[in-house]
This record gives sequence, structure tokens and C-alpha cells, in this order.
Amino acid sequence: MKPFLREKVPSGIDDIPNVTAYEAGYLVTKNSGWRNFRPVIDTQKCVGCLSCYLHCPDGVIFRKDGKVAIDYDFCKGCGICEKICRPGAIVMEAEK
Amino acid sequence: MAKKFLSGNEAFAYGIRLARPQVISAYPITPQTIVVEKLSEFVEDGSLKAEFIHVESEHSALSCAMGASSVGARAFTATSSQGLLYMAEGLPYAAGGRFPIVMMNANRSTALPWNIYGDQRDSISQLDSGWIQAYAENAQEALDLALMSFYIAEHKKVSTPFMANLDGFVLTHTYEVADVPSQQQADEFLPAFETENKMSLDTPKNLGFSAGPDTNTYFKYKEHIGILNVKEVVREAEERFEKVFGRHYTGLTESYRTEDADYILITLGSISGLVREVVDKLRNQGRKAGLLRIRYLRPFPNEEIADALKNAKAAAVLEKDISFGNEGTVYTNVNSALQKAGISIPVSDYIGGLGGKNISAEEIEGIFSSIAKEKTVVEFLGIGGEDSGG
Repeated sequence: MKPFLREKVPSGIDDIPNVTAYEAGYLVTKNSGWRNFRPVIDTQKCVGCLSCYLHCPDGVIFRKDGKVAIDYDFCKGCGICEKICRPGAIVMEAEK
Repeated sequence: MAKKFLSGNEAFAYGIRLARPQVISAYPITPQTIVVEKLSEFVEDGSLKAEFIHVESEHSALSCAMGASSVGARAFTATSSQGLLYMAEGLPYAAGGRFPIVMMNANRSTALPWNIYGDQRDSISQLDSGWIQAYAENAQEALDLALMSFYIAEHKKVSTPFMANLDGFVLTHTYEVADVPSQQQADEFLPAFETENKMSLDTPKNLGFSAGPDTNTYFKYKEHIGILNVKEVVREAEERFEKVFGRHYTGLTESYRTEDADYILITLGSISGLVREVVDKLRNQGRKAGLLRIRYLRPFPNEEIADALKNAKAAAVLEKDISFGNEGTVYTNVNSALQKAGISIPVSDYIGGLGGKNISAEEIEGIFSSIAKEKTVVEFLGIGGEDSGG
């Protein structure tokens, strides 16, 4: 599931809930800007074992056509998926 | 109603049972132990249907209460002194989360030197944590406060945790006759705890999130308004309480013979009973003495204090607390209230009862004699001012 980005960002006191509780799943910003390296998937080498999906600490890897794909809005570029991928289907490439 | 012979701790436990909390998490510490022992007995004998969670520390006790409260359970905890300080990280957390937990704190000295007896430095050191702070004078008020605390804390306009303070030993361990209301009356007074944040798979909530520099002030402002609303909600709670139980309470403060008093002593907690007796004695001698008892230290009764002191010639604060390097914290707050109201009379500070030291009627008479000199002094009872040695 892709996190739901709030279109409206709170701008004043009336937009703030009265307690520290709010509908779950809302995010107010992307964190793709934290990334120095991006994981790139070679779908030829990917066997669809889902090991990267299980190990991704941010839950940004999902299934696609029997293989995997990455949500680059929220991937922070930690590189765990590259380390965990036995077929070597994930390579970290420098962000330009 | 049934009359029972109860200690302050027991009276509070009876009040809590009547409030039907769903979760109690606590760790024992003298002089609070009996309130949680009594409640665990109630759970054991089936007269209170609650989860009693034995935790490994006070930090966990409050964390546990927060978890329960955040998803809609009525939660209670209790502590004292070092235990309260061990909880300290959780105090602003609970207040900021707006979790309406009720905690009984048995006021006790804080180490070092190690001491298990009563003073109020433990709770007063946590005055800025965002909790409502009330101070009971006797066992009946303790029991009634236990019931009212949930009404006030859970009120939609407030949604703030509530710390009910009982002087260690002097109030927690002394026995008095107290009226214990029936469960039917208690249910009539106290509605069930309702929150929009109940655990739900259909409408999941994100609880206790972060808020950065752009929105943080808004949350803190709302927290401040929530606790300020207690001023209005206390009145509402006490009117409702009187209708059901017939006992009358007087809001954030209680004035005793202050209307025409020249000299007023301001204090809080169990010592007020003795001050009242001294006031009566002085009145019989034709001296115009009065007592102003602070019942709630947060929100602070600025207006009530200014109103009670507006015609007085001088006043003093008697407190079991010292903010080292300055003065008693109650005194600082009282002076601020008077300054804002434009009242300029000599007000002195008497710091006493530290580590459980007895405060005698003679000492209180002595304080009234000093107030009548209409000078401002800050003194430790039995020692004197800052130039008194040491």
C-alpha cells in the first residue's frame, strides 16, 4: 500500500487536531529527498523471491508483474535491499 | 451512602472504585502503597472489574496508563516522590497527548537526604508538566476528588491528565470518618469515558505523532487552553457533584473568613485544617485573620487569589516546598497573581514541613504575628531568612 499524501498541509491553528491523534495513513511530506543513492531493479535478474520486500525497513517495495518495484517517493536509499538480493538484481545508483 | 472509618489512601481507593476505571497500572511506594493495595483487593474480590497491571517501575506504570487511555480506557495510576520523578519523562508526554489519566500522588520529600515523610516538593517540581494539580485537605475531600478528577480530566474541553495530591502520612495514613457514596449515585454523577480515538479497524488512527517547528506551537497552545478550561469545568463538576451527593466544594480555592480579614495566610493541603483553627482562635481575640486554601495549583487560581487579597493589609504563603536558589514556588505564583491584578501589599513566604517536620499551631500563630508587621520576608520555619547561618 502506498502511503496517502495529504494534499492540504496544515497552515494554521484551525487545521490542528485537539489531541495528538489523526486519521491513520496520512503523510504531509515525501522523504525521497533524503536519498543519495537509489536502488534500481534489473527485472531480468529478479526472481520474485520477495526477500527485499520482507527486509525493506520503510515498506516501500511492492510486488509488480511477478517481480518487485520501488516507491521512490518514500525510499530513503538505505541499500538494505541491495545487500539482501541474492541474484544481484538490485544496484544502488548515485542520485544526480 | 455509608459512613466508613478510612485513611486518606483508602478513601481515595473507594473513590476510584466508584469511578470504575478499566485499567490500573501502578508500582508501590511509601506512602502511596495502600491506595493500590486496596484497589488490587477490590479487583481480586470482584468488586472492581478492572485490569490491574503490575508493572516493573513507575515509568512503565504511566506508559501503561497512557496506552490504555489513548484508545479509550479509563486509566488510573498512583505514585509518590522518587516514583513521580522516575515517571517524569512520561508526565508531559501524557499531557501533550491529552490523555485524561488520573493519578494519585502521595506527597513525599525527595532525596537526598533520604526521607519518606511528607512535603510537597515532589509534585510542585512537576508543576510545568501540563497536568492538572489538586491538593486535598482531608479523607472526604480525597474520596470526592477521586470521583471528580475523572469528570474534569475527561471533559471534552479539558482532556488533560489529573494529579490528585494527598499529603504523605498526615493525610494518606490518618483515619477519619468519610461518607462513601453508593455506586448508583456515582454512576449518576460520572458519565462513561468517551473518546473519538477508540481502537478501530475501520477508522484507524495515528496516535502520538510528531509535530515539527511549523505546527508545534499550535499543539502547545491548545494544551494550555485545555488546562485553563478546568477553571470553568471544575465549577460545572462541583455543581453536579453537589446535586448528587449534597457536598459543596468551592472551586480552585477555598476562602475562610477572608472577607473582612486584614491578614491572610495562603496555604494548601492538610495543614489548612490547623490554620483554620488558628484563624478561629485569633478571631476570638479580635484579630482579623483569614485563610485562603489553594485547592488547585494548576490551573493557577490567579483571579481567586487577587479577589481574596484585594482588601487585605498583608499576607503570607505557608508551603512545604522550596525552589532552591529562589523562594517557594507557590509564593512566586501568588506574587505574579497579585502583580497582574495591581495589588501591592507585603506578602511573605514561610517554608515549612520539609521532610515531614511538624508545623505547630504556635508556629502558625507566629506567622500571623509576623504578617501583622506588614513587611516582606522569605523564611524557613524554625530557622529564619537567608542570613540565619549554615
